[in-house]
Amino acid sequence: MTKNIIISSGLHLIILLIATLSLPFLGKKPISLPPIVSVELIQITDKTNIPFAPKAKKIIEKVKKKEKERLVSEQAPPKKVKKEKPDAVPLPDKKIEKVKKIEKKKQNPVKEDTEVKQVSEFEKDEIFDTNKIAALIDKSKQELAETTKKTNKITQSDDINMTNNTLTLSEEDALKAQIFGCWSIPLGLPYNENLLVRIKLQLKPDGTVVKSEILDHARMNKPGQGFYKVLAESALRAVRLCQPLRVPSTGYERWKDLQLNFDAKEMLQG
Amino acid sequence: MAILRIIIIFFLFQVKSYSLIEVDITRGNLNPLPIAVSPLATDKDSKKKFENEVKIDDLGAEISKVVENNLMTSGLFNPLPKDSFLQEPDIAHFKPRFEDWKLIKAQALITGKVEYINEKLRVEFRMWDVLAAKEIMALAFTTVPSNWRRVGHIITDKVYERLTGEKGYFDTRIIYVAEEGPKTQRIKKLAIMDQDGFNTKYLTLGNELVLTPRFNPTNQMVTYLSYFRNLPRVYLLDIETGIQEVVGDFPGMTFAPRFSPDGKKIIMSFATGGNSDIYTMDLENRVVERITNHPSIDTSPSYSPDGKYICFNSDRSGYQQIYIMNSDGSNVKRISFGRGLYGTPVWSPRGDLIAFTKLHSGKFYIGVMRTDGKGERLLTENFYQEAPSWSPNGRVLVFYRETKTDEKGEGFSAKLWSIDLTGYNERQVPTKTDASDPSWSSLLSN
Repeated sequence: MTKNIIISSGLHLIILLIATLSLPFLGKKPISLPPIVSVELIQITDKTNIPFAPKAKKIIEKVKKKEKERLVSEQAPPKKVKKEKPDAVPLPDKKIEKVKKIEKKKQNPVKEDTEVKQVSEFEKDEIFDTNKIAALIDKSKQELAETTKKTNKITQSDDINMTNNTLTLSEEDALKAQIFGCWSIPLGLPYNENLLVRIKLQLKPDGTVVKSEILDHARMNKPGQGFYKVLAESALRAVRLCQPLRVPSTGYERWKDLQLNFDAKEMLQG
Repeated sequence: MAILRIIIIFFLFQVKSYSLIEVDITRGNLNPLPIAVSPLATDKDSKKKFENEVKIDDLGAEISKVVENNLMTSGLFNPLPKDSFLQEPDIAHFKPRFEDWKLIKAQALITGKVEYINEKLRVEFRMWDVLAAKEIMALAFTTVPSNWRRVGHIITDKVYERLTGEKGYFDTRIIYVAEEGPKTQRIKKLAIMDQDGFNTKYLTLGNELVLTPRFNPTNQMVTYLSYFRNLPRVYLLDIETGIQEVVGDFPGMTFAPRFSPDGKKIIMSFATGGNSDIYTMDLENRVVERITNHPSIDTSPSYSPDGKYICFNSDRSGYQQIYIMNSDGSNVKRISFGRGLYGTPVWSPRGDLIAFTKLHSGKFYIGVMRTDGKGERLLTENFYQEAPSWSPNGRVLVFYRETKTDEKGEGFSAKLWSIDLTGYNERQVPTKTDASDPSWSSLLSN
């Protein structure tokens, strides 16, 4: 009986010894991994814009000169007078008579019902085809969604195809500084509203604007958003006043389509 | 083999794609917009007729000067000097040569023509976006020739609205107290003029002291304070007919009157036994209603544009401060908590701000705060100034300022001044005499 007890306790001791020696990891705390910090690798050449070799520089300058000469001749279009004439004021006499009748009652000058047509380019778009505008907006939304998708999830193949789809800091700063000087912000805007105007531009290699398009066009017709038209017009004026825009000398394919997001809120809230 | 071809073609036509580059523009300049106001073209026949009728050599040029002056005083536009214009007014009105206007840095251009038709003045004007090379507005007005200044104001209102996105304030009038004579024997008359200081007319003779005139919403009636048998009383005056009447038969003094936004009531202070409270009077049935009931001095009431609230000043906290309450007198809340004394609160026509006079450390300030009392901004500071009144678009304030006329601090002059909400565009409003207590009308052409 005692023998059995001794054997049993001995075996138990052996098991305990094995357990304490072979399972030490159970007592240890799990390894804490340092948090992952993503690092964006940028080629220094993109940032510093190192001047290219003197030979190449000369060639590029020659090409630029040629382009400029060509563009100057393109920029002098014949006056497009005749088309706008029908919009002009000469008012039907009948309407003037109507106005005069009212005047007899009041001594105040009365505004005539002129047949004045709105001529700003986005208004024209609106008048002609509203569906088209809606399509444009949808398209812009699609584009936006696409761009965000692309930037968020870049697949390996995308990575190969998309080469440097942003402006460098110095390029962006130069463009911003130029437009800051040209944009006269209308001071009558309500500063508690959304004051963002997005304009999509199509540019020539020398920075002149081929086409400008307001992306949130439908907002102009919404009630209480009259100020938006004024803001959008001021942004368009800024682009026209500034052109040719200070775009990078290389990589035309990269920036030939450009979106400018004009936001007056920061300035007006001061 | 076919698969291999497809793969080769795929690699050959694989083009690099670019996502759209976005650049955020969050800054601009607040410089006034350069604008060219071309003289309005007038034909020879019309010129002669206008010369006979209104004794003005070139009416078109005069109207353009009115527009130009209005735009300049707004502080938002920079009218370019006329001697830099390269195109003749009549041709510019027909079709501007935009290159010429771009050369002088104009971003907008106003052209027009003036005609004499059937004994009437007909003014046609157009506005052009110079950079876009397009017409953006064209209107015509017909009126009696003597009304030519108003046409200039209406054109400015249209231009202002088109380029800033908010209503203008140029076709308006200001009523004020015209003052003459030494300080001890001051003669005070009610006077009315265009907002640019022209066409001044006197509404009272100056026999009695008059104070705090205020327009009703239709600009036809004025309520003001006048002394009758040495007792201040609130009066009503019809501008067209000149008929005036006392508002109510109160045993004590009534003062600080102002119309309700619908013009049906007058709100004012009534003082008796050393206590002053706010009352309203219905102008149709003459029923008087007590709004505040507090043993302090409650005065200077002003309605919110929707008529639901009233702001006023009271010394119920020990110091004069601004309070708001519901239009029936309930739910009184103090909104000013800054150092100093606050008075003459006026609710903006936009409804978002309250203008006030503040006295702190011996200086007077004109300022604005939000209706909850937050966001206080002091726009201008001086030795003595008070009584702000809003332009109808809620962008500019007119007030009066007293100044010492010599170094010894003797002599004294009171003038009207205006300041916009930016606090930068401060200007003296021209008046024929000294002036105080201004009140801005609503737009005349609505």
